[in-house]
Amino acid sequence: MYFENNKKASLVLADGTVFEGRSLGAEGKVIGEVVFTTSMVGYQETLTDPAYCGQIVVQTFPLIGNYGVNSEDGYSASNTPTGYIVRECCETPSNFRCEGNLESYLAKNGTVGLCDIDTRSLTRVIREKGVMNGAIVCGDYDKEALLKEINEFKAERAAAKVSVKEKQTFTAENGKYNVAVIDLGMTNAIKNALLERGCNVTVMPYNATADDILGVDPDGVIVSDGPADPTEAVEAIAAIKALCEKKLPIYGTCLGHQVLALANGIKTYKLKYGHRGASQPVKNFENGKTYITAQNTGFAVDKDSVPAGVAEVTHVNGNDGICEGLKYSNIPAFSTQFRPDTSGSPHDSGYLYDRFIKMMEENK
Amino acid sequence: MPLRSDIKKVLVIGSGPIVIGQAAEFDYAGTQACRALKQEGLEVVLINSNPATIMTDKHMADKIYIEPLTLDVVKRIIEIEKPDSVLSTLGGQTGLTLSMQLAEEGFLASHDVKLLGAVPETIHKAEDRQAFKDTMEEINQPCIPSKVVETVEDAMEFATVINYPVIVRPAFTLGGTGGGIAYTPDELHEIATNGLRLSPITQILVEKCISGWKEIEFEVIRDSKNNTITVCSMENMDPVGVHTGDSIVVAPAVTLTPIEYNMLRSAALNIVQALGVEGGCNCQFALKPDSFEYAVIEVNPRVSRSSALASKATGYPIAKVATKIAIGYSLDEIVNQVTGNTYACFEPTIDYLVVKFPKWPFDKFVYAKKTLGTQMKATGEIMAIAPTFEAGMMKAVRSIELGMDTLTKKVFTELTDEEVEKKLYDVDVDRCFCIFEALKRGISVDRIHEITMVDNWFISKLNNLVKLEKWLAEGELTDEKYATAKKYCYLDSTIERISGQKIKNRKLASYKMVDTCAAEFSAATPYFYNTFDDENEAKEFIETHPSDKKKIIVFGSGPIRIGQGIEFDYCSVHCVWALKEEGCEAIICNNNPETVSTDFDTGDRLYFDPLTREDVEALIETEKPYGVVVQFGGQTAIKLIKHLTDLGVKILGTSAADVDAAEDRELFDELLEKCGIPRPEGTTVFTTEEALTAANKLGYPVLLRPSYVLGGQNMIIAHCDNDVQEYMEIITATELENPVLIDKYMMGTEVEVDAICDGEDFLIPGIMEHVERAGVHSGDSISIYPCQNLTEHIKRVIIDYTEKLAKALHVIGLVNIQYVVYNHEVFVIEVNPRSSRTVPYISKVTGVPMVDLATKILLGKKLKDMGYKSGLYPNADYIAVKVPVFSFEKLHDVDNQLGPEMKSTGECLGIARTFGEALLKGLTAAGYKMHDKGGVLISVRDSDKHEVIEIASRFEALGFEIYATSGTASILNRNMIAANHVYRISEGEPNVISLLESGKINYVISTSETGRKPSRDSVRMRRKAVERSIACLTSIDTANALLECLEMHKSVDDVEMVDITTI
Repeated sequence: MYFENNKKASLVLADGTVFEGRSLGAEGKVIGEVVFTTSMVGYQETLTDPAYCGQIVVQTFPLIGNYGVNSEDGYSASNTPTGYIVRECCETPSNFRCEGNLESYLAKNGTVGLCDIDTRSLTRVIREKGVMNGAIVCGDYDKEALLKEINEFKAERAAAKVSVKEKQTFTAENGKYNVAVIDLGMTNAIKNALLERGCNVTVMPYNATADDILGVDPDGVIVSDGPADPTEAVEAIAAIKALCEKKLPIYGTCLGHQVLALANGIKTYKLKYGHRGASQPVKNFENGKTYITAQNTGFAVDKDSVPAGVAEVTHVNGNDGICEGLKYSNIPAFSTQFRPDTSGSPHDSGYLYDRFIKMMEENK
Repeated sequence: MPLRSDIKKVLVIGSGPIVIGQAAEFDYAGTQACRALKQEGLEVVLINSNPATIMTDKHMADKIYIEPLTLDVVKRIIEIEKPDSVLSTLGGQTGLTLSMQLAEEGFLASHDVKLLGAVPETIHKAEDRQAFKDTMEEINQPCIPSKVVETVEDAMEFATVINYPVIVRPAFTLGGTGGGIAYTPDELHEIATNGLRLSPITQILVEKCISGWKEIEFEVIRDSKNNTITVCSMENMDPVGVHTGDSIVVAPAVTLTPIEYNMLRSAALNIVQALGVEGGCNCQFALKPDSFEYAVIEVNPRVSRSSALASKATGYPIAKVATKIAIGYSLDEIVNQVTGNTYACFEPTIDYLVVKFPKWPFDKFVYAKKTLGTQMKATGEIMAIAPTFEAGMMKAVRSIELGMDTLTKKVFTELTDEEVEKKLYDVDVDRCFCIFEALKRGISVDRIHEITMVDNWFISKLNNLVKLEKWLAEGELTDEKYATAKKYCYLDSTIERISGQKIKNRKLASYKMVDTCAAEFSAATPYFYNTFDDENEAKEFIETHPSDKKKIIVFGSGPIRIGQGIEFDYCSVHCVWALKEEGCEAIICNNNPETVSTDFDTGDRLYFDPLTREDVEALIETEKPYGVVVQFGGQTAIKLIKHLTDLGVKILGTSAADVDAAEDRELFDELLEKCGIPRPEGTTVFTTEEALTAANKLGYPVLLRPSYVLGGQNMIIAHCDNDVQEYMEIITATELENPVLIDKYMMGTEVEVDAICDGEDFLIPGIMEHVERAGVHSGDSISIYPCQNLTEHIKRVIIDYTEKLAKALHVIGLVNIQYVVYNHEVFVIEVNPRSSRTVPYISKVTGVPMVDLATKILLGKKLKDMGYKSGLYPNADYIAVKVPVFSFEKLHDVDNQLGPEMKSTGECLGIARTFGEALLKGLTAAGYKMHDKGGVLISVRDSDKHEVIEIASRFEALGFEIYATSGTASILNRNMIAANHVYRISEGEPNVISLLESGKINYVISTSETGRKPSRDSVRMRRKAVERSIACLTSIDTANALLECLEMHKSVDDVEMVDITTI
């Protein structure tokens, strides 16, 4: 019950707005880009999603931590957001796999959190003004100095931080294909989905060159999800350009979708407040159906910049119409802004992996 | 796909009278459907026997038939109207079953009528137990081990295979009627016998009992393109074993990790796709609390109570979208009206928690079994929206109108710790209060979980409230404590009581918006709930949408309960519409998720909140309205009048002082004296002794009732000292704030009048006469418009008294007055300066738009200006008979003898050219079967014995065999009527029970001096009749009315169908 915890903490936004609440998890001061996610379940996935690297994540659903935390779930081994904000953190979680409550988990992982603020009010600020930097601080602080720090803050190369440093190989039972994944901050959901489908997986660091990648003799390449501005991924863009020329089957997802686009001369831009959540509707032009998808992005591919003959837009967002999927015309490549099927998100889009595998089969 | 070009004229089938398991949610769904169809320019034909609904309003459809919902009637209407399609999924189980029968018989095909919404194959797959199991097996969805059986023997045999306990579910019954959990072979025998009889196809499902598993629901929508989305997940606080309609439910589900959540979500999508539902569908799952094992419990391929809840919980209008899908649209073509700029093909995300709390009728039925099981017992529900479960529960408990403002229930505080722990084993309506008390006594969360199987999450949250209350009670009421208590939505009065200290700086609630998207997009439709955050979105909205219009708040009627039903929602909604028509900004505040009033686009703004003084005060502060309306929301709204007046708010309509003059015994007596109007002699008492003295002075029989009630709650007729004693014991068990009224009971003809008054003129649309004489509650009486048996003189007196009363009480708007005509003299029984449950039906049959006129009068218009003369409105060409409908088969141990306490849950209307035909339609609609021969069992109290002679002789003349208990039999035999003597239960066997079970009896006429206690012989006999679905008449007058119908030798098929839009 929160009246038993009295550690004051605040969120200070770049525009000077302050939300006063209580400290949650680790105490300290963190600065990052403040973004919100509308997922109502899956906070453990959110906390381990490398795409949140460098960001302070706000949960719009007010009751977080209800089913606790466990060691089986999550998108990666470590906590990635810089800071974490919930309205109310459940101290007495309940689920048969629960191994502890969220608060101690945050503390243990050193994630600085803030609770007991009006998260809807904060979300509305971000919606109206767009994402901006902010800081979570515990106790008293010098606002002016802090604001200066916040405004000067620039996230370092997030992908470099979350990517593997050396290539890693995982072998599937009776693996039929070899898939190289360019790790820009991938979730292990991708790896698991590929292994389940009989693909051996080699995870390549974010700065792997085309030769490095070709060196593992892949049947296909996946450009992973991940954090930050896709234009920062200069190494991957260069590598992918070369891979495209080799006509290797490529699937780009989330950040990978944007990076693949950039490699093909298509532009990207920053969204006002991004798409983060598990219920983004996406319309697939190929069959006219709409799928509910999980997404985490602050950027989008500019569909007006897609040159004729290079690619066609296959998916758009049902809410705001942004480009959600591309199919390339002259190379065996496609991409989606949303996540394919994972255990922690809607199962509607599992077909994307199957399509990728089919592409590899046809290319063999 | 756009609108189908082959659809031009659609028949919508409504759900009929309100019964437990099928309530106002279908008026909400049906109204949305009719509006959606009309918006598309389609011609709409509507059939529904329930006159209290908004969907049966003239502007809802092009042709409206308030006719019995029987297969033959629907066929005749199809033949008359020749629609090209029928919408099957918006009229509850009634509409779905009728549609399926029409399709299966080939009637629809032969008349070239398409079935929209759910095709017969879908309905069959979802509703037929075996077909459902087969379908689930095909798509690898686990079901609970079960077997469909058609005999009791097969049920018993299967139970030995799967082991007890087992659940019995009858096929095709409402709200699980006739089902139950059997722990022993004996119990199974009883439940299976009952279930087989109640199932229209004599089929039950016997399944493994999985009580204790989590119950999770998903509301799913699918279109013809196979776009499938879930609107909302819901988790029941009560684990499997308690009907979801009787469970406290939260949305979204809270204790599931994404793995379980997406597992069940995918299962729901797969199921809906496999069934081929085009529209809304409800999927219920049981999830084993300690593994990923789950089972599909039930699927409803139609809109339902749960879909109404999901709609209100998220803002997503399921019924409207389902209707558009039925006529051809796909989800990505339908605009999300809440945001105004996104489409319906999305899954709502919410940023609050919704708590649904059921409203049970047990504050009325003190002797009824309060245990909960697979058969639903709640008559209605409320919904609370809050940022936390704790706050949601606090809002819920004060919305449900049990006289509670915390989860502490007085009866439990008086128990020892051991008794409290023992009570935890009872799965009944008070379980969550018992859990709360157990926590206060220090019984551990784990121990409570072990006993109740309620998930620890819920128990721990309740424990937070226990801790908070302890903290509040200790030491100084600091600002921090106060702020914390407010965040959990405690009322100031509660905080002051618990802390024993005055609050220094009060904080009023602010408002948050419900927007379907957790603030991701800005929303266009203002739908709010209160919280104690700093930001006030309602205020912002008002400031950014300035208007010159007069702002008027209409307070709704809260949960549907016996005595305060859907009629008051009808009135509230009409008031809102009239206000809008008059150029006002109409604002609604209500807490009932089943209703039209809480649809997001009914009013200009919607506040979904409790209707208590403090909640209302915050609303007034935020809205600063021009005025408020309380006369359409039943007792719930009108009881706010004094408080609102004290706040300095302008009350539109009759003033608080005048309302008080009608309710306060002494003031009312003074007023009557001044007007020279007689009333049955009476007085007020507080104690048993006073009551006995008064009763003896007045002379028995006397009528006893608490003051300030609606629906005759706890009202009885006492015939002797014992009755008075028993009654006073029950009523004084809770603290008496107001005195008990005790009146001389006059057994005359009861007459009811609704009038509209503007301060100068008054309009009586019609005088209604009750079939049953005074003593049967007006809501339970068969009511006839226009009155049939009153002399011109009596009518003139009634008109005169009505005028005098309306003027003396300075009525502005509606007033309802009940009279009794006794020995050719008119007495007034009660005056209610507000709308009543007869307003919708009288509006419909007379064509006088009563609420519209009243609302315009509240704004200052005069009847004269609107073209109405003072006095009685000319009679309509038709006679209308309103027949009450009961839900006795769902409420065990409730005595079905009618009396001064209201027991009916709904009503039907029969409209025809003659009284007999209207009565025939009304009775048929209410479920009475017209037999031309068979058996009648008669057992009446001494005072009725004389009158029953004629009744019996008429039955005999029709060719019925007469059976009677000793006293009745002997008087009949003495009067030359051949009556077979039957033993009472206590007299040995064979007796009345075996006779009722023999199937020889078609009608029972049973009256007794006393009743209520379930152990009494007469009550057991009447209950048996209910269980056997045998019509049981508990008033000589009802028996007379039924005889009139039987003697016509007609059926509804011989009577003209009436389109009420032509009246």
